[in-house]
Amino acid sequence: MTTDPCAVRAHDLGKTYSVRGVKGGVRALDGLDVTVDRGIVFGLLGPNGAGKSTAVKILTTLTRPDRGAAEIEGVDVLRRPDRVRRLIGVVAQRSGSDPRATTRENLVLQARMHGMSGPAARARTTELLDRFDLSEVADRLVRTLSGGTQRRLDVALGLVHRPAVLFLDEPTTGLDPEARTAMWAEIRRLAGRDGLTVVLTTHYLEEADRLAHRLAIVDRGRVVAGGTPDELKGELRGDAVHLDLPAGTVPAEVRAVLEALPAVREVRVAGGGVSARSDNGPAAVPTVLAALERAGMPAAAVTVARPSLDDVFLRYTGRRYTPGDLPGTPGSPGTPPAATSPVPASGAAAGEGPADQSTPSASREAAR
Amino acid sequence: MTATPLSAPASRALAVPRVLAHTWFLTGRRLHALVRQPAFVAANLVQPAIWLFLFGSLFRRVVDIPGFGHGSYLGYLVPGVIAMNAMNGSMWAGVAMIEEIDRGTLNRFLTSPVSRVALMTSGVADQAVTTGLQSAAILLLGLLGGAHYPGGVAGCAVVVAAGALLGTVFGGLSNAMGMTLRQREAIIGFNVLFMLPLTFLSSAFMPTALMPHWMRVVTACNPLDWAVRAGRSALAGEPDWGAVLARGGGLLALAVVCVGISVATFRWYQKSV
Repeated sequence: MTTDPCAVRAHDLGKTYSVRGVKGGVRALDGLDVTVDRGIVFGLLGPNGAGKSTAVKILTTLTRPDRGAAEIEGVDVLRRPDRVRRLIGVVAQRSGSDPRATTRENLVLQARMHGMSGPAARARTTELLDRFDLSEVADRLVRTLSGGTQRRLDVALGLVHRPAVLFLDEPTTGLDPEARTAMWAEIRRLAGRDGLTVVLTTHYLEEADRLAHRLAIVDRGRVVAGGTPDELKGELRGDAVHLDLPAGTVPAEVRAVLEALPAVREVRVAGGGVSARSDNGPAAVPTVLAALERAGMPAAAVTVARPSLDDVFLRYTGRRYTPGDLPGTPGSPGTPPAATSPVPASGAAAGEGPADQSTPSASREAAR
Repeated sequence: MTATPLSAPASRALAVPRVLAHTWFLTGRRLHALVRQPAFVAANLVQPAIWLFLFGSLFRRVVDIPGFGHGSYLGYLVPGVIAMNAMNGSMWAGVAMIEEIDRGTLNRFLTSPVSRVALMTSGVADQAVTTGLQSAAILLLGLLGGAHYPGGVAGCAVVVAAGALLGTVFGGLSNAMGMTLRQREAIIGFNVLFMLPLTFLSSAFMPTALMPHWMRVVTACNPLDWAVRAGRSALAGEPDWGAVLARGGGLLALAVVCVGISVATFRWYQKSV
């Protein structure tokens, strides 16, 4: 233990679940290393089955690793789980609130479990009801609340005892876009207050990009890349320029035209269109369009995208990012890591086209 | 889990009131949920009443069999139905446990400084309250139906307590099953398979003197029969307190073991979660 420990440190975590019918079990973690500084939002990004949830379960004392070590605020997670539980707040993937109790009862009970006196528990509850905009539903049964409201209660439950580190495991999965935006705003506010450290797992690239100060990209039970979102994206040179072509235009001919232009490089046929990279995407667009115009093959649409985490993931894993949303089995140990690596038929060959339509970052592709 | 030896005594001194406080809070949580479902409470009270009068009418004439040795069949039946009801009610505890696992509530408690023992004893206490109320209702209905309890209030208290202990035994086992198997079907299957045999391999409906020899042997090992006999002895005119204490003590020991098993199952659960 050092005098100024970091919020979270995990070293060489490994865990294999025994699963019936799978010889040797399913390896969820394979030497995961993570260090989280205090007071930031730290994102663990990866597809379902990558091992993010298992890492959180170990760090929050729910389960134990087969190997490795971890500490929270300098306290050994494996030796002193009882002390760690007082330092952490946990918002798990599944709600965890009692659906047959009211919002207020849930909060008061959680406060009493953390050793608060009756008056202190009620005061803290009122404070949290107010802060999370739950006062109106304070005395309603939780099962009658909307998904977004229940999620706000989950976060409030995790904060009852003023933890030093808050774990948020897939906090926006299953929320509608409006509730998701509200949750993002809340998470940003959390990190700004009282030096709270937030560890966020997500399989949404956009969520990690927007919220995390630092990121670790997790794949197959290991961290494959780490840094700030900008650092990670900065390692990829250039913007992605993608052309949609009208029917009848031959992509290969368009590629030939583009390959002659110095403004773009790495020209590839991708998904019925043509993709390329450019050091300055917006500046390259007029040149590209003019060249195609001259060749008699005008483009139907053009998009320019900054390098996305999608591209970062591709670079470090050699695979296209697919969140691998399997309804009903989020983070279950039954999902072997290998199952999350289907390579999309079209985009993968070209590799660096704009984000796949199925990923949230598709919405950001408007030209700057 | 693995506390360092140096700090263990201190934390143990604090742990006793924490277990009690947490049991109190968590039992309150369950009872709150229960009183919000009045229809469920009503059904729980009606069901044993139906059993009492159904079996009371069906087997009314068995008192005429030579060797039965009991005046009123209803009076004979009351401790039997109470034990049967206590077992039946608590056998489903594991299903509620699976619901808590699916919802994530159990995991929330396990990542909070909640006493593990309290997580189990609160379920026991909640079940004991429910079973106690049901047992009291059955005793009252029996009284209205013409049964006599020469053992008086003390005898009635023993019947209620024996039912609560029996409920703890099966509740503890059911919780352990819920956590290890995590399938409702497993618990349903187990209950369907064992409920009737356990009920009829006891003196709940018929004195063991009228049973074949092998049945008598099995019945002597059946905790449900211990509860029935302890209750019936205590309700008799001149209770054999030694026999009541022996069977009640056996039930208590078994109940402690079963709660211990279910607490130990948390470790197993946390390894696989």
